Amino acid sequence: MTAISHAAPQDAALPKVKVDVLPLLLVPLLALLMLPLVGSFPTWVTLTVAGLAMGMMVFMMASGLTLIFGLMDVLNFGHGAFVSVGAFTATLALLPMKSWVEADSVLMNLSVLGLAILLAMLVTGILGWAFERIIIRPVYGLHLKQILITMGGMIVAEQLIHVIWGAEQIPLQLPTTFRGAFIFGDAALEKYRLIAVGVGLTVFVTMFLVLNRTKVGLLIRAGVENGEMVEALGYRIRRLFVGVFMAGSALAGLGGVMWGLYKETLTAAIGGEITVLVFIVIIIGGLGSVGGCFIGAMLVALVANYAGFLAPKVALVSDILLMVMVLLWRPQGLYPVAKR
Amino acid sequence: MSEALLQLADVHTHIAQYHILQGVDLTVPKGGITVLLGRNGAGKTTTLRTIMGLWHASRGSVRFEGGDITHSPTPDIASAGIAYVPESMGIFSDLTVRENLFLAARSVKSADQMDEARLEWIFGFFGALKKFWNQPAGTLSGGQKQMVAIARAIVEPRKLILIDEPTKGLAPAIIQGMIAAFRELKQTETILLVEQNFSFVAALGDSVAVMDGGRIVHSGSMAELAADKDLQHRLLGLSLDTHQ
Repeated sequence: MTAISHAAPQDAALPKVKVDVLPLLLVPLLALLMLPLVGSFPTWVTLTVAGLAMGMMVFMMASGLTLIFGLMDVLNFGHGAFVSVGAFTATLALLPMKSWVEADSVLMNLSVLGLAILLAMLVTGILGWAFERIIIRPVYGLHLKQILITMGGMIVAEQLIHVIWGAEQIPLQLPTTFRGAFIFGDAALEKYRLIAVGVGLTVFVTMFLVLNRTKVGLLIRAGVENGEMVEALGYRIRRLFVGVFMAGSALAGLGGVMWGLYKETLTAAIGGEITVLVFIVIIIGGLGSVGGCFIGAMLVALVANYAGFLAPKVALVSDILLMVMVLLWRPQGLYPVAKR
Repeated sequence: MSEALLQLADVHTHIAQYHILQGVDLTVPKGGITVLLGRNGAGKTTTLRTIMGLWHASRGSVRFEGGDITHSPTPDIASAGIAYVPESMGIFSDLTVRENLFLAARSVKSADQMDEARLEWIFGFFGALKKFWNQPAGTLSGGQKQMVAIARAIVEPRKLILIDEPTKGLAPAIIQGMIAAFRELKQTETILLVEQNFSFVAALGDSVAVMDGGRIVHSGSMAELAADKDLQHRLLGLSLDTHQ
C-alpha cells in the first residue's frame, strides 16, 4: 500500500488552531469598564447580575432562532409567538396550582415551576412542528415570503391567545421562595435572577454538549455549514431541521415562561416585544452561531442595564448602538458561521 | 466489459432557464475507474450532481444496480451506496478530521465505533490524516482537505464513488500522491472520476467518456484515447505533449 507521505509529510507541524478570544473577552471587559462609571460596587454587582439574568433569558429565546436560520436559511419573524405561547401555557399550571406557588416550600415551588416549564416546552415544541409544516415549508428559499408569512403567523398566534386567554393582562406571581433577594453587604441579588442565570447556563451547557458530543449535534453544525453535503452523506436535512425547529420553539417557550415570571405580567404581545431584541442578539452573535448568540445576549442585556442606570435616555437606543458598533467591527457578527 | 453499475439514458437537466445536460448516455461498469472528461461547461459536474440527486433530471433515466434513482432524494441515493466528493470538497471546516469521517460513517453511533482496520487502510493512502486526526478540517491545506474529502467517501464500503476534479488547485507533488492513492483505491472500489487534468487520468482510467455541449461525444477505453493523439485533440482540444 502506498502512503503519500511526500504529499503531506508526517512530520509536518500541526496547523495552528486559531481561537478567536476577542469576543469572549467583551463581556468581562464591558463589566469591568462599567465599574468606575457606576461608582458603587454593590450597585454594579446588582446591575451586572440583573444584566446577566436578562441575557440568559434572551439567550434561551434566541438560541433556537439562530440555529433555524443557520441550518435552513429561514428567517422566522414569528419566533416571538412561541415566547408568548410558552408564557401563557405556563399559566395553565401556575394559576390552578396557586397553592403550590404560594407555599413556603422550595420543593413545591420548584415542582410547579418545573411543571409549567415542561408544559410550555411541550406545547411550543408541538406548535413548532405544526408551524414548520404549515407556514415555513411552502416558503423555503423565499426570504421575503418567509418574513411576511411568519409575521402573519405571529399575529394569528397573538389573536388566538386573546381568544383563549382574553385580552386582559394576566398577573403572574413568582413562587414564594423565589421572591426577595440575597443580600451581600450592600449588594442585593434577586433570587429569581440567580435562578434565571442557572437555567440559562444549564441550557447553554446542554446545547454545547449536544452540538459537540453527539452525532445529531455534529450533523446540525455540519448542516449549518453545508446542508447539501450532509444530504450527500445520506442524512435527511429536512428531518434534522424539523427537530431543530421544534427544539428552538420549545426553548423559546422556556424563555417565555422565565421572561413572563420576570415581568410578572403577561400580555399576548410579550413575544412580539422581545423579537426585535432577539434579532439584534443573533445578528450581533453571527447568524447561525450558538456561541455568538450567547455572547450577544449577554452584551445586549448588560449594555441595556448599565445604560438604563447611567443614561436612561441612551438606554432606549443602546441595543441598536451596540449592534452598529459590533457590525462596524465585524460585519458578519462576532462569530460568523462559514457557509458553503 | 463487466456488468453495468450505473446507467444514464437520455438524461436532460435544466438549471433555471439553462438546458445543461442535453441527452447524456453514460454507462459506468462495475470496478475500476471511469473517467468523465470534457472542457469547462461541458456538463461534467452537472452529470455528477444529477446522479447524486442534487439536481434532478427533467427527462431520461438514471439507473443504479438496475433500480431507477432518477427522482430519488439525495439521502436515499447516498444510502444506496453512492458517495460523492464535490469539486469544492464539501468538508466541514468547523469539525475535526475525525468528526468529518464519523459523519460519513453512517452505520456507527459514536466515533469510537468506526472500523479501525478500515481507518488504518485509509491512513495507508493518506498518512497525514492520522496526524491531523483531531485538527479542525478548516485549518488544513488544500491537499489535506482533499484527502479528508476522499477519505470520507471511503470510510465505509460504498458501491460507487463520484469524484469531481480532485486535483484542482493542488501542487504537482500532491497530485503524484493522489495518483498512487487512486491506483490502490481502484483495486477495490468503483469510481466515476471527473477531471480536466488529462495526464492525471490517462495514468489511472480504465474507461473514459468525453462530454461536449451537455452530451457524451465519445466513450471507450482510456488506453485507446491515451494512445490516439488525434482523437485527444479532436475531443479535448489538447494533446498529451502539451499537457504533460
